[in-house]
Amino acid sequence: MLNNADLAAIWLTLKLATTVTLLLLVLGTPLAYWLAKTRSWWKGPVSAVVTLPLVLPPTVLGFYLLIFMGPQGPLGKLTESLGLGTLPFTFTGLVIASLLYSLPFVVQPIQNAIEAQGRHLGEVAATLRAGPWDSFWHITLPLAKPGIVTATVLGFAHTVGEFGVILMIGGNIPGETRVVSVQIYDHVEALEYARAHWLSAAMLVFSFSVLLALYLLQRRKSADGWRYGPQ
Amino acid sequence: MARNELSSNTITGNFYLPLRQQDGGTENFALDVDFKIPGSGVTGIFGPSGSGKTTLLRCIAGLQPCVTGSLTVNGTPWQQSGNPNRSLAVHERPLGFVFQQPSLFPHLSAKDNLAFARKRASTEVSNEEYDEIVALMGITALLGQRPDTLSGGEQQRVAIARALLVKPRLLLMDEPLAALDQARKREILPYLEKLHRSLDIPILYVSHSVEEIARLADHLLLMRDGRIEQAGSATELMSSADFPVHLGDDLGVLLEAEVIDRDTRWNLLRARVAGAELWVRDSGESLGERIRIRILARDVSLTRTEDQQSSILNRLPMRVRDITPDADPAMVLVRIVPQRFDTIASYTHIIARVTRRSLHQLALEENSPVWAQVKSVAIVR
Amino acid sequence: MAMLFSLVARAEQLTIAVASNFAAPMQQIARQFEQRSGHQVKLAFGSTGKIFAQIYHGAPFQAFFSADQAKPAQLVELGLAEASSRFTYAEGKLALWSSKSKFVDSNGEVLSHGSYNRLAIANPKLAPYGAAAVEVLQQLGLEESTRRRQVQGENISQTYQFVASGNADLGLVAVSQLLQDGSTTKGSVWVVPEHLYSPIRQDAVILQRGLDSSAMNEFWEFVQSAEARAIIRAYGYRTAQKIDNNINAE
Repeated sequence: MLNNADLAAIWLTLKLATTVTLLLLVLGTPLAYWLAKTRSWWKGPVSAVVTLPLVLPPTVLGFYLLIFMGPQGPLGKLTESLGLGTLPFTFTGLVIASLLYSLPFVVQPIQNAIEAQGRHLGEVAATLRAGPWDSFWHITLPLAKPGIVTATVLGFAHTVGEFGVILMIGGNIPGETRVVSVQIYDHVEALEYARAHWLSAAMLVFSFSVLLALYLLQRRKSADGWRYGPQ
Repeated sequence: MARNELSSNTITGNFYLPLRQQDGGTENFALDVDFKIPGSGVTGIFGPSGSGKTTLLRCIAGLQPCVTGSLTVNGTPWQQSGNPNRSLAVHERPLGFVFQQPSLFPHLSAKDNLAFARKRASTEVSNEEYDEIVALMGITALLGQRPDTLSGGEQQRVAIARALLVKPRLLLMDEPLAALDQARKREILPYLEKLHRSLDIPILYVSHSVEEIARLADHLLLMRDGRIEQAGSATELMSSADFPVHLGDDLGVLLEAEVIDRDTRWNLLRARVAGAELWVRDSGESLGERIRIRILARDVSLTRTEDQQSSILNRLPMRVRDITPDADPAMVLVRIVPQRFDTIASYTHIIARVTRRSLHQLALEENSPVWAQVKSVAIVR
Repeated sequence: MAMLFSLVARAEQLTIAVASNFAAPMQQIARQFEQRSGHQVKLAFGSTGKIFAQIYHGAPFQAFFSADQAKPAQLVELGLAEASSRFTYAEGKLALWSSKSKFVDSNGEVLSHGSYNRLAIANPKLAPYGAAAVEVLQQLGLEESTRRRQVQGENISQTYQFVASGNADLGLVAVSQLLQDGSTTKGSVWVVPEHLYSPIRQDAVILQRGLDSSAMNEFWEFVQSAEARAIIRAYGYRTAQKIDNNINAE
């Protein structure tokens, strides 16, 4: 069934997905809030950049990251001058790549949830003497909870399923960058179809369960009949 | 010093705000107002849809940023024209706002909605005050419920209580009943009247309902096309025949009266207005109580002689003061005053809406003596 | 006119799967062949493992140029390829390369003494060049000492990319890659002596779907001709001695 290398890959994948999801929630929520509220000219370009990973082939992203984080790239020069070395072939490098790659999956559900709230309840909160920050924590965020749950699940699942980018910058180091999807690829390439099957099936079941749980959760929420401000 | 005293009990301000018409019309709309409102009691802001009532209220609250605008509430400046630094943000203004739309936070219970406000109140809300406000709005039994399990009227009562719990120094109400059906409105109006009686903070009440304004307002701002057309006491303005807003069947007079006698046998009260006495149905008012009554122009008919056989109780000897045309070409408005009065205070008149043909048959002209038959008199509060 | 007609009438289209590392020479060979014969050659590139899986599941390829010997042999065993057609069309050569100039010395001593951040090799499980690279490191007694600095590309192209982008100071790559890109002028290189690793033989076979094609027979002849072998050598491969003999004997 699953050997130690497979288990190590699974563990690494879960570690990566958890780290990336937590970071994305912290970074993506303010970004989603800004996108939902702003009337700035920058909204268009920023939205486009956030959405890019949805349409770009992962290999394009991986290729540019390899160059960008490499010793000649701007980020690589920065990390080297800080004495951190370069990021490709490291867990940190994978985290950064995955942040970019999964960004739209976290930002968009939260942004949609905040946009659906409209401006009314924010105004209500202001007339109840709640400042912008207060209002964000106590009104906007709790009301965006279904969106945040969706974002968490999608961000996690998508990072687990990431392959192309990691293949490009990972270097296939056991315990460091060899995640499940790469391990499966190796099995297939080496014609170890039985082992590929086990791992693929595990991944399939995992992804299906996650999405099913999400669907059930969403259905319960809508049955609760939450309404977001005036229609 | 004198100026200070004067301004310490008024709300003064002016706003100029050009806005593009919402419905895509090319004509630009501008709110352009300059006002001075008494710093206590209920001031009704009345006018047709699109006249800028809500915009004015939002400017006062700060919800609608308005750079060319100043506002001083009972001596405290809230904003100064062209000086955005001196302008208080919405959450810094000690106000309560009751919206037309449902406004309870859906993720919080009624009780937690109230707690949200209480926590952020400008001064601490004691338990007594809290209980008083909850009792005033009659929501004690609703506190555990979630907003979506409350009726529209119940939600609005919780929302009003919530607005009061921030301890506002000015309460703004933007058509709080407009989204409710007739039954819910009747359910909630008594609470608003209680509010009026038991609060000592000024209330600005936006409405396009004559009934609400007649019942609640002490003062009135009449708005049209972004401007304030008239301002003054509610009874005075609402009794004028040339009321700027076309009221149709709602045209009438609003009179301050005093209960002077009670007829327990027929269940009636005798009420005295300046220069006349009227029978009204007894709904429990006490002797000596000041009441406000409303007589609609369509409920007043005119006879040359007193008709003793009539079922109508209130027959008053009056004389014609003036006659003005109605919007309906078949009708005229006849303003009549008590016969015994030589000098006529403007609020003592009654308006009768009669056909032009009757006017001709009765040969009425200015100063003709006439009997007014008042079919119905409503105590509005 | 009649000749032209007959030429067009017997023009066929061949669909051939080729391991990615052999893409460039094969394009040139195919172009030459098309000009010469009037047939059309469609080329599909991919990793050897993927092409194998595709053939196994019925992909419509008529011939397969693998990056190793194992997969063509396995296809023959499975009855999906013609045993007699199988031959070694090229032998890969391994080089130690850095994109930095003067980083690699002429004896490859940088591997044992130099300070470098990473050594990129192809995945030895998947890529013949990777297996050869591990063999070289074993022969030099450096397998243990370099392990912690090893990074693996899934195939030899990716390994090349790791070095070209500067992310790995060193890489064991294919000489053919260096010749294709002209990158040797940019960096520094040590061509690994052939006694340090077993030959990286790349075999080709005609698949079942190509058996009845006369155009395929023509192509097979052309690929083994002196002209085609010159192209292959120009790209940094060796052509097998055995075939040389065969051709010479003719």
